[in-house]
Amino acid sequence: MSRARRFLGWEALLAVVLVALIAIGTTVSPVFLSGRNFTNLTAAVIEVSIMALPMALIIIAGEIDLSVESMAGLSCAIVGILWQAGIPIQVAIPIVLVIGAAGGLLNGVLVTSFGLPSLVVTLGTLALFRGLALVVLGSQGVAGFPDWFTSFGFGTVPGTPIPWPLLIFAGLALVLGTILHTMWPGRRLFVIGKNASAARYSGVGVARTKLVLFAFNGVIAALAGVILTARFASSRADIGQGLTLTVITIVLLGGVNIFGGRGTIPGVVLAAATLAVLGNVLRLTNVSAEIQSIAVGVLLIVSVVIPNLAHQVSAWMGRGPQAGRGSAATAGAGGTASS
Amino acid sequence: MAEATVPVAVPTGSSSAARLLRAVARQRELSLIVVMLVLGAFVFTQAPQFLSASNLTQVTAHASIIAVAAVGEAIVILTRNVDLSVEATMGLVAFAVADILASHTVGAPVAILLGVLLGLVLGLLNGVLVAVLRVPAIIATLGTLSAYRGFTLLLAGGKQITLTQLPAGYTDWARGTVVFLPLFVVIALVVVTVAALVLRQTTIGRQVYALGSNPEAAEILGIRTRLITISTFAVCGLLAGVAGVMWGMEFGTINATAATGVTLQVIAAVVVGGVNINGGSGTVVGAGIGALFLAFIQNALILLKLSQFWLQAIYGLVILIAVVIDGALLRAVQRSRARGRRP
Repeated sequence: MSRARRFLGWEALLAVVLVALIAIGTTVSPVFLSGRNFTNLTAAVIEVSIMALPMALIIIAGEIDLSVESMAGLSCAIVGILWQAGIPIQVAIPIVLVIGAAGGLLNGVLVTSFGLPSLVVTLGTLALFRGLALVVLGSQGVAGFPDWFTSFGFGTVPGTPIPWPLLIFAGLALVLGTILHTMWPGRRLFVIGKNASAARYSGVGVARTKLVLFAFNGVIAALAGVILTARFASSRADIGQGLTLTVITIVLLGGVNIFGGRGTIPGVVLAAATLAVLGNVLRLTNVSAEIQSIAVGVLLIVSVVIPNLAHQVSAWMGRGPQAGRGSAATAGAGGTASS
Repeated sequence: MAEATVPVAVPTGSSSAARLLRAVARQRELSLIVVMLVLGAFVFTQAPQFLSASNLTQVTAHASIIAVAAVGEAIVILTRNVDLSVEATMGLVAFAVADILASHTVGAPVAILLGVLLGLVLGLLNGVLVAVLRVPAIIATLGTLSAYRGFTLLLAGGKQITLTQLPAGYTDWARGTVVFLPLFVVIALVVVTVAALVLRQTTIGRQVYALGSNPEAAEILGIRTRLITISTFAVCGLLAGVAGVMWGMEFGTINATAATGVTLQVIAAVVVGGVNINGGSGTVVGAGIGALFLAFIQNALILLKLSQFWLQAIYGLVILIAVVIDGALLRAVQRSRARGRRP
């Protein structure tokens, strides 16, 4: 099946890039292979990588969620305000996870029940959740969290250079990868992403599935906010600003089709690792943060351009000049890609 | 995103309910103005300085900047695309113009022209990414949002251009007037009028709507969809450039983070102004009034001494309410049309 071969191709390409980056890293810096550097390297991208996993499912199902960075910020603000009010962290965490689910459900209901495009809905909640974080916490910062909590953000599994949150990422990747690639709810996502109306007619609960996806995405975004709070050992209303861009970059770099219907969790994991190593190598070689911001933006575009061009070239060679289609590439372009 | 193929419906049935729906759906501009008048009267009773000349000048100056950018964004959204990079374009242009002015090598008119041209180039780049390289607009402009901002940070290198480095009197233009009207308001009115006329009266304007209503059909009809897509992004970049110049004039002191977060206001203005986010329907006049509406809400919060922290949340709510109302209206209109067709 050519589709399977193409996926392998993309993941193999990512793996080659990753190995090349690691080789570059070891030559440019003697500390690159140290355990401490591994800890720094993973910690820097752990929240976005965790958020990328459920985001991959949402994009495979043909939707998008721009609001995750604000939900992470809101969760961070609420953990702060609850702690300030004397509520223990162990109680605050479940509360913000429930709030994350509620926020995600709001996105999901607006998308499924009101039939609105997820792009605009989540652009609205991107502002709304960030605004609520500002309302809750204002311009103050909250610090003085208990040691066990901040060491969950800073610290590593004893005896290893593995940061605690990496275990969450690994577990989540394993569970979601298994569900997506070996079980029926996963297969359902691909069907929904490829052709939502066909899925509806064949008895797939499209709305319910999307509702669950958005709610789950909200929970994970809130969890990422908790990790951010622990890692920064402080709570501010503006934490997490701009992270959505990186989350979506990881997902698309991982080979997930922006129009839905295609993508793999191993691809997303590889993309997260690639981005982590790239950022680390750039930092070790003292490349400025501005260049890194440009690099992420360019990488995002390139990760869509390359498969597009490859597809166009192969379609053009196979079918003649007919293949180029309308400019506002709508869902149809994604659907025909596998044929 | 996959379901974004609802054709824009204007009911042809002649029942009174259908006519009422059609009126409400079409008169978004009027409903916004009515809401503003009612809210305005309330704000005036609470804070009489609302109608003072200095307050009105301040509100309209900000509204004009957003309105100019919103017209460009509206044109892009009409074709079923979106440009998330407007704030980065505005920031880069604002900083570049200030930087050129601070070097005192060329006069203000040349610097302004260069700034607007820079906006045009950045917009063209977006258009090429979308129309030629087939990158979905949201991804392309999310990428350039980050890249353009990164470039601005690189250009600035941590420094800022202060008011004193600019030529004397440059920022006074922001307070200048043309026959009783503030200069910025005149610019916004000219931009809205020209864009509205081009969209309404010219072939390319009608083709913008055709492309947004049904891309496949537009292609089959022989409309040069790529050219139109590139043009709309170029115009959006150009107008973001104009808005960036205005931003620099308004604030004087400019650093690399100028206009951060403005994209949200611009898209909110467009959506509130009744432009369908799925393309094909809406007017730039609506987008302009939407910009005025948002500036008005911001001003009302200040005058009523409510916390500024609410502003962001209110922008979000306004976007959500506007799209929910739009969706409900669209479905009601379609239902009434379907009923009209039944024998």
